[in-house]
Amino acid sequence: MNTFTKMFLNLTVVGVVSGVILAVAFNGFDPLIRINKEKELKESIFVVLPEAKDYKVLEKTIGKDKLTIYEGIDAAGQPVGIAFKADGGGFQGNVGIMVGLNLDYLKLKGIKVLDQLETPGLGNRISEPAFEDQFKNIEITPKVEYIKNRKPEKPNQIQAITGATISSDAVVKNINNAVARVLKIFPKQEMLKLGEGTSPASAESKEPKK
Amino acid sequence: MADNTPTLWHEFQKGLWQDIPPFRLVLGTCPTLAVTNSVINGVAMGLATLFVLLCSNLIVSALRKYVAPQVRIALYVVIIALFVTLADMFLAAMFPPISKALGPYVPLIVVNCIILGRAEGFAQKNPVAPSFMDALGIGIGFTLSLAVMGAIREILGFGSIVNIKLLGDWFEPWIVMILPAGAFLVFGGLVALVNYISHRKTAAGTNP
Repeated sequence: MNTFTKMFLNLTVVGVVSGVILAVAFNGFDPLIRINKEKELKESIFVVLPEAKDYKVLEKTIGKDKLTIYEGIDAAGQPVGIAFKADGGGFQGNVGIMVGLNLDYLKLKGIKVLDQLETPGLGNRISEPAFEDQFKNIEITPKVEYIKNRKPEKPNQIQAITGATISSDAVVKNINNAVARVLKIFPKQEMLKLGEGTSPASAESKEPKK
Repeated sequence: MADNTPTLWHEFQKGLWQDIPPFRLVLGTCPTLAVTNSVINGVAMGLATLFVLLCSNLIVSALRKYVAPQVRIALYVVIIALFVTLADMFLAAMFPPISKALGPYVPLIVVNCIILGRAEGFAQKNPVAPSFMDALGIGIGFTLSLAVMGAIREILGFGSIVNIKLLGDWFEPWIVMILPAGAFLVFGGLVALVNYISHRKTAAGTNP
């Protein structure tokens, strides 16, 4: 066997055998990996929409803008709010947050930080409940704001983490950006049609400013 | 078999001290620095590397008579990548939190020089049994190194070990220890310590 044939056979055999093994293993592992990801998503939706028992996935594309939101439904099948992911740059990398929004589009129901690479001990405290819980019932109009070293005064304010303003700012900024996108792509009227029976009259009068 | 056993034992134990990868060979330093901010992360990384090292050493050693030398590195990389991908999928499927904590460092085992180094430097010249022992020794040595690094950094940086609170509230965590700078400090300290001990050993051996 000359060298060329040997090289050719070597690479082909090893490549094909590896490919087959990986294909088989992928078929075995992939469902489990999907289940894990779904579980993580599901848990975070139920954290930001505490009343939800199940959720519906809503997808919509406007132009190039594709957006997925999750509508939480309670035990009686009534919508309780929507959840969506807010991604954006933090201090050291992406900060991904699951955001829960009331159906009246006025207040946040809660947030959960899913991915972050912020500084341990300082910025990564954005994923602690003490910080996340501040966002419960925070008003989104005109937008969410943070203040430093003081207790929040207005209903749309939270207190930034001391020594981690950039990380706190990233969370607030990502939430505002994501909320703005959701308001644009899934306008309130449309969501109310989906959730007939959630007293549309009272919600109608409080149209959020855009 | 009787005269074979000490050799196999030698292949195994050399990875534990004499050739302990990060501190004596200074190989595989990237994961050593990157994922050792806690014991669990360090041990998981070490075990994933051990698995890849064992499998690739076995295959490389078994195939050593059939490999064309011109393409051997390409072959080794494909073989290593196969086992790394398997380890990565396994962690993502079975231990999602660990997989998340280790992030891109599991796929990066492909370019870990310990593994290619053992394939090229040992497995391609030796039969299957010594190659297996070699991989086992080096892999366990690597895992222990990462565990020690992780333990030191976790105790100083979080005041805990394996997530169990070790030091009381009086302890102010040294945040620097869980940051990259802490990795370099601990790594430098351990290399110095290991060298100091082996120098004293050698000195004691030559001047009885």
